[in-house]
Amino acid sequence: MESVLGRYRNLTILVGILFLQVLGLAIQVKRSSENESSRLIRVWAVNAVTPFEKGIVWVQHGSSNLWHNYFYLRGVRQENRDLRQQIQQMEIERVRLSEDANQARRLQALLAFKEQFIAKTVAAQVIGSSGSEQSRSVYIDKGASSGLKQDMAVITGDGVVGKTLRVFQSTSQVLLVNDQTSGVGAILEKSRLQGVLRGTAAGEVVLEKVMSDEPVQPGDRVLTSGGDQIFPKGLPVGTVTKISPGSELFLNIRVKPAADLSRLEEVLVITQQEEREPAVSDSAPLRAADILAERLPKVPPKPAVDPSKQPTAAGALTPAPKPAAGASNQAQITKAAGENAAKVVNTAAPKKGAPAPGITQKPLSTQGKAPDAAVGAAGDPSITPAQPQPPASQDTPH
Amino acid sequence: MPITYTSREQVEVYRFNAAAAILIPLVALFLQAFIPLRLHFFSIFDLPLLVVIFFAVARRSQVSGMLTGAAIGLLQDSLTHQPIGIYGIAMTVVGHGASSLGVKLDVENAGSRFLVTLFFYVVHEVVYFAVARGLVGLTLQWSWPHELGSALANAVVAVPLFMLLDKFKQRA
Repeated sequence: MESVLGRYRNLTILVGILFLQVLGLAIQVKRSSENESSRLIRVWAVNAVTPFEKGIVWVQHGSSNLWHNYFYLRGVRQENRDLRQQIQQMEIERVRLSEDANQARRLQALLAFKEQFIAKTVAAQVIGSSGSEQSRSVYIDKGASSGLKQDMAVITGDGVVGKTLRVFQSTSQVLLVNDQTSGVGAILEKSRLQGVLRGTAAGEVVLEKVMSDEPVQPGDRVLTSGGDQIFPKGLPVGTVTKISPGSELFLNIRVKPAADLSRLEEVLVITQQEEREPAVSDSAPLRAADILAERLPKVPPKPAVDPSKQPTAAGALTPAPKPAAGASNQAQITKAAGENAAKVVNTAAPKKGAPAPGITQKPLSTQGKAPDAAVGAAGDPSITPAQPQPPASQDTPH
Repeated sequence: MPITYTSREQVEVYRFNAAAAILIPLVALFLQAFIPLRLHFFSIFDLPLLVVIFFAVARRSQVSGMLTGAAIGLLQDSLTHQPIGIYGIAMTVVGHGASSLGVKLDVENAGSRFLVTLFFYVVHEVVYFAVARGLVGLTLQWSWPHELGSALANAVVAVPLFMLLDKFKQRA
């Protein structure tokens, strides 16, 4: 026996090593909490590789920022002017939409309808991938120390990216929506048909569980439905590109992801979602002209004069106070602004305290068909209709 | 002296110092995880596999080849979200096979290195797919054109890479 083992020593070792690995695989597959059974070796591997990745990404971004922020500033002035104009136009648009939003809120309040808000996000850099074509996941440079937990939604300004799968101390693994083990509750924007978005082995994204007799067109937008309890409702997921008859009674709907999953650099992790009933504003509707009028120069009120200290001498000339003059001027200016709102819009300075583009907070409804209408109310400055934008390099609580 | 089909009387066995033995696989894993984010086509390359083949062929020890393959494969598994062991099993088989071949054949020249890499890439993919489908239940698509193209690309990269790694070899 001993001589046989000695003769086939290498083969015996090979079988032994393979057996151990097969055994390990079987244990991991059988256990539902696979994360815990193999966590230690994953921590080792991630800690061995990610510091290099973080270092290189840091150097790369540092040099890029130095170049673009201090040297290559061609066209920045023009871009700044364009953006200012865009802000003005969006402000007018916001006021127009706020009326619709207020109406929607009143109706939602009647139905005890709860809105879902992205309350807090954490910006993160993508530092690495899994290194395998069969595992579509990436690593980001934020982890448990930044408040991240398992199963948090990860997005970009364009749309949904995936969810946090494993969270380590300072890094996290994000499972992309095009991986075959991922699943996202989705809804078609036009027809409001619900389905499940899944990745395929080839890295494509398909919308499943839509009946074959339903009207679906290429170009239809797909949004998150909120049914998976991970992604807030109403986030853009992608666009329908191809429809074909699938297995059984369902359609095979191919979707092009809204976010470019092959070129991810910066993402936002939604660390906190809030659900609250819509606040109904009782204030009078705010007109675009009123907002513009606020930006126009005002005549400062004159200081009050103590009548007891007024000279009484006949020869002393004291101009009579005109308390109504400022108000009168302001009223005239407001009227003029109302008439010339369209002319003023491109020249007026931005309103102080106006929401900057890119603020990520967006009210998203948990039921019904509301995300499009659920934009910021005029009376609630914390709510803006902006899409989630690529992040700054720090936490972005809203 | 082992019976070989080499042009020399005795095959040369090499060893590597500890730093090279640890850092080369780590750098390969790092590049494999980092570069595809910037250059998407790079994902068809499998640098950790090439490193396993190189170490196995250079050391010409089956036990060493198996252990190196298992260790690098398990680390590669750890970076994915799939169960650990799929790459480990495939790399163990490749490590054993490459070291066995290294004992018998002269695999020091560019042509043989190209063919060895081409062959073991396909072996690796076959074992990987068998384990992933049969044991783990993953749904994977096998495409011969894609696999052969990837094997060819890896074999082309292997020739200059192995020449670079030759600098770290020390005669045993």
